[in-house]
Amino acid sequence: MFTKPNHQSGIPIYVQIKEQIIHVIEKGVIKPGEQLPSVRTMAEQLVINPNTVMKIYRELEVEGIIEVKHGSGAFVKTKHSGKSKAALVKQGTVVVQKTVQNLLNKGLSVDEIRRIVQAELQNQGEILINL
Amino acid sequence: MNEFVITTKGLTKRYGDFCAVDKLDLNIPRGTICGFLGQNGAGKSTTIKMLLGMVKPSSGTGEILGLDIGDENQSVEIRKRVAYVAEDKRLYDYMTVGQIIKFTRPFFAEWNYSMEERLLDEFRLPTSRKIKSLSKGMRTQLALIVGLCRNAEIIILDEPSEGLDPVNNEKLLKVLVGLAADGKTIFFSSHHVFEVEQIAEHIIMLHNGKLLDNRPLDQLKANYKLIKLLFDDVPNLNPLELKGVKSYVQVDRSVTLFTDNNEEQIIDRLKINNPSSIEVINLNLRDIFLESLKAIENYAA
Repeated sequence: MFTKPNHQSGIPIYVQIKEQIIHVIEKGVIKPGEQLPSVRTMAEQLVINPNTVMKIYRELEVEGIIEVKHGSGAFVKTKHSGKSKAALVKQGTVVVQKTVQNLLNKGLSVDEIRRIVQAELQNQGEILINL
Repeated sequence: MNEFVITTKGLTKRYGDFCAVDKLDLNIPRGTICGFLGQNGAGKSTTIKMLLGMVKPSSGTGEILGLDIGDENQSVEIRKRVAYVAEDKRLYDYMTVGQIIKFTRPFFAEWNYSMEERLLDEFRLPTSRKIKSLSKGMRTQLALIVGLCRNAEIIILDEPSEGLDPVNNEKLLKVLVGLAADGKTIFFSSHHVFEVEQIAEHIIMLHNGKLLDNRPLDQLKANYKLIKLLFDDVPNLNPLELKGVKSYVQVDRSVTLFTDNNEEQIIDRLKINNPSSIEVINLNLRDIFLESLKAIENYAA
């Protein structure tokens, strides 16, 4: 179900694995109430450090996606669709940060990026209004 | 949680004029997998041997599990509680695989029989084969079985993957992460940077006996970057004056900096020179290691 991370990609391992887990949950491959593999199983299967797995599980718990019951394991939360607004905003911030940094690195100026984002937001807004 | 199980302070080993290990300060937290990187002759094995009381430090101190590595009696206790697989994988050649395992078991009250069974099975070692006639890879595997089944809380491995093919190497790494999941602390030296990157969470780099770096892998990757700048005209820069710049290469209108932290300020400062392009490049552990070595060789005054 989970594939080994790419250690050369520059994307941190825990981000890669975390995204795989979120994907599997969103696609309903592991359903609410069902259990995620144990830290040990995950570490052995993906050949990664168990503390990395723990870090991912902790973050997923903070984001309200899973529940870690001590001694029995990590379970997908029943209401994972009710992901808190705060967590969404936090996630969104990271995505935007990365994108902006990426565009800056590619040589776009702050003003150019702002214009692109504003145009896109306006665009999306019009689509919403027209619906 | 943040208890250190291995610590050294100013640990030094001199052989005449030659300093094999030079004032080494280490702190290894419990329950981590710690990768020990360095070129041949960097002092990795000497450090390990000092930790285990096999080489006497010229100066400095060290502790494992709170026990003094320099004290004869405490060193015996250290060797009881630390499993060690040596670089040369020395074993009794006249015994068979099965015999040496049977011979070793009674020395260790905590012998892990299920681990023994699992490893024999995974490594497919023929128990009736004489050690003398084992291949290099098989010797390594056998030395690992004898070391890892001791169920020690600290495991020190000197080049544990030497001679292993990729399939068996992967099996070893799986076993190591499993042991870490059990709360064991693993300290292993290797010049296979990729395997260190795969499973270690803490990295120690050694160069000419000196500590080159010592921090979590995540931090290394977050801190070290290459910043590549292009200019319309040949710029007149002195990047080494900027905090965080470890080394740089300028070829006409292109400047590449190797930086440790502080990348935002560095970029802000260099924007004064109007670069036409700025690119920040992430590095893998191998490149971080190579660039760090290059930086220290270039600017070691």
